[in-house]
Amino acid sequence: MNCKGVIRELSNYIDGDLDPVVKQELERHLEHCEDCTMIVDQTKKTIEILCGSQPVSLSTDVRSRLHAKLRDKTGQKPT
Amino acid sequence: MLNAILTGEKGFGTPFWGFWDTLSASVPHPLPPTIVRDDEHLLVAAARASDAASFEELVNRYEGKILRLTRNITGNHEDAMQDAFLRAYAHLKDFHEDSRFYTWLVRIAANEALMRLRKRRPNQFSLDEPVEGDNDLMPRELEDWGPTPEQKYAQTEIQSIVGELIDRLEPEYRIVFLLRDFEELSTQETAEALGISVPAVKSRLLRVRLMLREKLHRHYRQGAPN
Repeated sequence: MNCKGVIRELSNYIDGDLDPVVKQELERHLEHCEDCTMIVDQTKKTIEILCGSQPVSLSTDVRSRLHAKLRDKTGQKPT
Repeated sequence: MLNAILTGEKGFGTPFWGFWDTLSASVPHPLPPTIVRDDEHLLVAAARASDAASFEELVNRYEGKILRLTRNITGNHEDAMQDAFLRAYAHLKDFHEDSRFYTWLVRIAANEALMRLRKRRPNQFSLDEPVEGDNDLMPRELEDWGPTPEQKYAQTEIQSIVGELIDRLEPEYRIVFLLRDFEELSTQETAEALGISVPAVKSRLLRVRLMLREKLHRHYRQGAPN
């Protein structure tokens, strides 16, 4: 496998979605290609950083409006 | 019923009359992940049987994540989140538990957000457009990052950088990244949610991951978003 092949399979490799034979070929390439190893590591890191953000905290106003609409929908009345 | 579920009591206990007291509370009541996993199907079943308090508990658990998703897709704001929950409530009987409740909710929220985006930007993007070839995929920026971004930036700075990078993506890439990597839907679930093929999801996902690596790389090396 060459560098272009590694890039083509990068996502599948990160997701653990590669055929074992292809995975072995890719990892053999990584053993001697610093650039591809860097790309793989940095792409994994990018996903990790970008997906580590926290859920948004709803402000009191937003939350009140959401629940008021739900109340209308469910036909319930405040106690 | 909700109390019975949350305390692990078997069967359907006395009605939960304090529903709207719960609604008026300004802070949700997050539960440990194990409890969320274990009792969710009970909450969903109770909500489907018109127990509004159980649906309220589900809303409490996911409102922050759903708001984050709809904001990330539309660039603002709360309407898509609200309508997603209202639509979910209206269609609860159509949820047959062949997927996680959250996955089902994410699909609804993504569709609400996309609908708004299409109204705002008609003809400006399409998820049906053919996927490009792989000739231009080779990354151009290759350099060791040295200290990791977490070592270089405070967490708040990283959050700000992440928001900027995601906002600057084209919608057809942003939505795939958000569903697949952010919300951790499977490739198949993402394809179903967006009505596109699995190969199209995979192709866009590869491209967007490479784009984001490069954008983060530039930001990291030059200190400015690209």
